[in-house]
Amino acid sequence: MGNDPIIVKLKDQFKTGILEVTEKNQKRIIVTINPDSLPNIAGYLYRDAGFRFIIASAIHTKRGFEIHYHFSEDSAGLILNLHVILDRNNPEVESLSNMFNASNWIEREMHELFGINFLNHPNQEKLISEGNWAEGVYPYRKEFKSNSEEKE
Amino acid sequence: MSRKTLIPIGPYHPLQEEPELFKLYCDGEIVKDIQWVTGYNHRSIEKLSESKTYEQVFFLVERICGICSTSHPFAFANAVEEIVGIEPTDRAKYIRSIIGELERIHSHLLWVGLAGHFLGYNTVFMWAWKYREPVLDLFEMITGNRNSYAMFRVGGVRRDIESDKIAAVRKILADVKSKTDLLTGAVMDDPVIHARLKGVGILTKQDVIDYGAVGPTARASGVAIDVRKDDPYAAYPLVNWKVITAQAGDVFAKAEVRLLEMYESISIIEQCLKGLEKEKEGDIMVKVNEIPEGIGHGRAEAPRGEVFHFVVSDGSNSPARHKIRAPSYVNIATFKKSCVGQTIADATITLAGVDPCYCCTERMAVVYDVRSGEKIMNARELIDRSISRSHDLMEELKKSK
Repeated sequence: MGNDPIIVKLKDQFKTGILEVTEKNQKRIIVTINPDSLPNIAGYLYRDAGFRFIIASAIHTKRGFEIHYHFSEDSAGLILNLHVILDRNNPEVESLSNMFNASNWIEREMHELFGINFLNHPNQEKLISEGNWAEGVYPYRKEFKSNSEEKE
Repeated sequence: MSRKTLIPIGPYHPLQEEPELFKLYCDGEIVKDIQWVTGYNHRSIEKLSESKTYEQVFFLVERICGICSTSHPFAFANAVEEIVGIEPTDRAKYIRSIIGELERIHSHLLWVGLAGHFLGYNTVFMWAWKYREPVLDLFEMITGNRNSYAMFRVGGVRRDIESDKIAAVRKILADVKSKTDLLTGAVMDDPVIHARLKGVGILTKQDVIDYGAVGPTARASGVAIDVRKDDPYAAYPLVNWKVITAQAGDVFAKAEVRLLEMYESISIIEQCLKGLEKEKEGDIMVKVNEIPEGIGHGRAEAPRGEVFHFVVSDGSNSPARHKIRAPSYVNIATFKKSCVGQTIADATITLAGVDPCYCCTERMAVVYDVRSGEKIMNARELIDRSISRSHDLMEELKKSK
């Protein structure tokens, strides 16, 4: 496992940043990294290795907040996830939007729905609700109860 | 600094009849900046999906968009099948690809028609929509529905395409092909359309990479990405076809890519029909007993570009997290590049050029109002809120004048 050329290169360049590599198959690789090294590793994938940023998915789990940054290498049909685990009480991570615009909206969305703070984001305003929700209420967190659930 | 005039398109688009708001900041006739506002029609499908079983999610994601209503179940099926680790039978693969390509044909015809309508060229509009009709009839014949086909499930498809229907499908397809020839000729050789669309709304290769744009929007700028080729799924590796690209990046190039893609789609369907005849009838399902714990990535090439579904399973009968990225979510953001510097008249067709699908972006939020901690919201209040929102917007627009 971990013999894919891109994994070898990543391990070589960012020794301390990489915590775990899971290779589901040749086309699906999940690399769990230290949140501090996210800008460097994402920058390497985007600028040097020719990866395209697809989207990022935030998940609220028992471990805190997890984000999968999905990158695609189109010539090989490879999806590589950069997986970070953020602190439950103070979820924050460096924004990637200064590097590529593709992450601008999704970071605003994750900020709005999960309350994850993206440091140095150029414009971290609400994307969807345009400010007509209460501050500090994040509907995609697991503890959020909707109207119908609360009546039960 | 000179004063800028704000020209609103929306909150209800006059031509596309969908809720969105483009704010064009103009200096004279030239668009200097553009902002986009959404959120008028949120359905929270990602959150809803967590409360549905895997079988039910197919019907839910099918309703994300009425035009590409097969792309989302397609991507979701790919994601769940990755978690389970199964592959559908060849017959099911052929049927999936046939549905996917028929959808591409009807969606591209719809776009060509709308683009003509935007230009004031209503002949193209009427032709394209007339020729789209037999495709919808075809859908009704093989799936039972003109839209929202309900064909997909984990491990295969719900309905077979019986052998006695294949001849009828071929006949309608041949008819669609000859009509497409007419339409393509009318659009590609028309000097007025050339004059109107060439050099308008140019998106460079670098912009496409920066914004992560996908589909015909990317392919018209010379970025040859197509999930069907790059990360093959369903029957696409079993048939011969090529990825259509253009280099100019303007609206004409986007129209060219879409028109030529329809021929590839017709060719793919013809090959799939041949494939169907070789397979045993009725062999369309692989039985799946349970969905194990794990994560799955599903991709499908929708008419507008790559649809991406990310499913996290905790071993229960519904997804623990289901992230959906529709193509317009990344394509609409490119307006910041393609519209700025255009005249207002060109901006409208540039906005239509990526074939924006607002429902693609309207899936996220919850309708419950939680301002001041209260969570009450009945139909009357929703209507009141919508009215007050319109008033706020009108006030805002008045102020900025």
